[in-house]
Amino acid sequence: MANNKTVLLKIKRQNDPGSSPYWEEFELPWKPGMNVISCFMDIAANPVNRQGKMSTAITYDSNCLEEVCGSCAMRINGKAKMACSALVDQLDQPITIEPFSKFPVVRDLAVDRSVLFENLKKVKAWVPIDGSYDLGPGPKLSPETQEEAYPYSRCISCTCCMEACPQFNGSTGFVGAATIGQVRLFNMHPTGAMLKRERLTALMGDGGIHECGYAQNCVEVCPKDIPLTRAISDVGRQVMWQAIGDLFRK
Amino acid sequence: MAKIPNIIVIGGGLAGLSAVIKIAEMGGHVDLFSIVPVKRSHSVCAQGGINAAKNLKGEGDSTWIHTDDTVYGGDFLANQPPVKAMCDMAPAIIDLLDRMGVTFNRTPEGLLDFRRFGGTLFNRTAFAGATTGQQLLYALDEQVRRYEAEGKVQKYEGWEFLSAVLDGQRICRGICAMDLRTMQVRTFAADAIIVCTGGIGAIFGKSTNSVVCTGSAQSALYQQGVYYANGEFIQVHPTSIPGEDKLRLMSESARGEGGRVWVPKKPGDKREAKSIPENERFYFLEEWYPKYGNLVPRDVATRAIHKVVYQDGLGVDGQPMVYLDLTHIDRKILDKKLEGILEIYEKFVGEDPRDVPMKIFPGMHYTMGGLWVDFNQQTNVQGIYAAGECDYSIHGANRLGANSLLSCIYAGFISGPHAVKYAKSLADAKSNGHFEAEKKRQEEINVRLMSNQGNENPFRLWRELGDTMTKNATVIRYNKNLKETDAKLVELLERYRHVNLSDRSQWANTSFVFARQLYNMLQLARVIAQGAGMRDESRGAHYKPDFPERDDKNWLKTTKASFAPDADEPKFEFEPVDTSLIPPRPRRYDAAA
Repeated sequence: MANNKTVLLKIKRQNDPGSSPYWEEFELPWKPGMNVISCFMDIAANPVNRQGKMSTAITYDSNCLEEVCGSCAMRINGKAKMACSALVDQLDQPITIEPFSKFPVVRDLAVDRSVLFENLKKVKAWVPIDGSYDLGPGPKLSPETQEEAYPYSRCISCTCCMEACPQFNGSTGFVGAATIGQVRLFNMHPTGAMLKRERLTALMGDGGIHECGYAQNCVEVCPKDIPLTRAISDVGRQVMWQAIGDLFRK
Repeated sequence: MAKIPNIIVIGGGLAGLSAVIKIAEMGGHVDLFSIVPVKRSHSVCAQGGINAAKNLKGEGDSTWIHTDDTVYGGDFLANQPPVKAMCDMAPAIIDLLDRMGVTFNRTPEGLLDFRRFGGTLFNRTAFAGATTGQQLLYALDEQVRRYEAEGKVQKYEGWEFLSAVLDGQRICRGICAMDLRTMQVRTFAADAIIVCTGGIGAIFGKSTNSVVCTGSAQSALYQQGVYYANGEFIQVHPTSIPGEDKLRLMSESARGEGGRVWVPKKPGDKREAKSIPENERFYFLEEWYPKYGNLVPRDVATRAIHKVVYQDGLGVDGQPMVYLDLTHIDRKILDKKLEGILEIYEKFVGEDPRDVPMKIFPGMHYTMGGLWVDFNQQTNVQGIYAAGECDYSIHGANRLGANSLLSCIYAGFISGPHAVKYAKSLADAKSNGHFEAEKKRQEEINVRLMSNQGNENPFRLWRELGDTMTKNATVIRYNKNLKETDAKLVELLERYRHVNLSDRSQWANTSFVFARQLYNMLQLARVIAQGAGMRDESRGAHYKPDFPERDDKNWLKTTKASFAPDADEPKFEFEPVDTSLIPPRPRRYDAAA
């Protein structure tokens, strides 16, 4: 057993939204089963950098640590990833860790991704039920429909798809693949479909579905393997048919 | 026009969001506080399902049997009326979730599918793959987003609850909270508050809980005079995946779908699991508990695994590990029903559980204890309600699998309407001075912590806390060790006074926030350790080899801890359990039962 094995991390840090980023290196004793989060925990317990200077714990978002809450997304060795499932033994060293580049930095690796939640409001990503009182069971659904819907319902709002998308930027205002996946999901549900028209209308204007350039990066980085490109082409078709229909209704 | 009730809900997991939905529907306004965006709350981690006796499998299941299973599973420590109310409400809750669009698994007819979970003989658990908690939380989150868009809900995400604001009559008038970016402390007025802050896993260092589950809010309230009940009842889940950063849950649904727990009969057997022939495997749960087999309740399974590993020396590779085996089940069925959890194992361990038996070990999972509440979910302090894992009701001495999601939604649906009703009858406070006073008190704590000079690192203190608590206050408890644990906690509290923050920034300072939580964790840990020390019996998850039997004569009662500010430690009192529906009987899951 190699006792002196270490893990080398190179972390892009930033004190607050207004200040300039800087790089800091940490070298930690290797342990079996480490992931990027456990490295951060070790740094917090002993915040000394590679130069032996006293530093500070890293600020980052995290919660469940089992890749289902969507909090700890960041760029690890250049790729949009969840830090909890980024196993040290599977990463080239030094492990380069940066905050997402398409979202405003709060501090260090924590970024503000609230834009996604705003987008979900715009497309009314919910089933419009009458109320929470007892109205009996929901509509019957075939197992096939459930199996088609389920993958979309597993979206963890990590925004990896948006970070990786070349079209998701300030100039296009593109809503991003995650939101379109949710439109696909809710339009599929018998009651959810009652808002289909409004959802599709929301995807027609600026930043709508036509901004997608089919780079397919979204589906490649999605930690939950959600068929995002399929959602985009399905919803794209729905938008098109609605637009044609609108043309004739005028 | 009557004024609109203004309720503060703290925590946006299943319990919190359920309360929010009811309040908004009743015309109230909600300020919803959460450390994380509510969609990232710990409820997402629940995997296996949610119980409701819909009896869609022709088994003759009923809400009464569900009630009995829950009370019996909890070893008769739960007050029975709310358990019955919850089980009676369960079928309607499932219907509602179904209407909200939860992607529950379906039968060929298009109805909801149900599977079997621990502690019952019925297929009573509705599920959405193996990510049920995620799907449920999202469904409620979506409805709350709808109310948010309509202006009925104001979210404060990225805020930490610090304390309640109590007036001169000790009536709650609002809360004091801290913005986790600006570190600004502010008070917020409300007619009532509902605390839905979940679990306390961090007190045990590594657990299956999420990072935010520190119990800090519950502890702060306990230190302000709210009773904390049955703190000593801690559920250790039999099957978790040990990790460097946390213990990841391997859902009970793995056993519900036919997973078998075993160890090689030969100690230290070096062969690969798959090459060990059937007759050289020890399926100890099936052998010891033929009726329930692998689906005995969690406390029973956990102790059995401990026994096979530590007493019989049969852990896999001589390590504290046993096999949880799914490899005999068809891959397609596994993918359809368990994909979410198998993926977790695959991603974090690097082996495919469809091919190789999983290696698992018990891990701290859930607190049955929590803030004391009455049957309307109100605590002993007027205007403070609690709901979900952070309240003590329903689960008694041990929680059954797939009852937690249910109890969260139930408690949200009870607390929300009661808080609204209470708010409507509430008279105005005589003065507002208590807001300023509470803010000042919290700001002083911050200043002291920020400028502290010393040599203690809060994260290292935390590791010591977790090690002590896991070792002495989980599966097997001895009074001598519990006494030592409490002494250790006193030592840690003393050393806490010398915490030195390496980070003194006033912006998004996570070390600072963590250090504040740590203090509250230490105070609450004493409630757990001392409560466990007092209870000289074995009941549900609480097991003392020196007192191996349940003792209804002396201990069929609820532990209530209150904080004694002068002594700076808990004091205890006890109250009888309401057993008006089902007379206590011995709890046996072995063949004799």
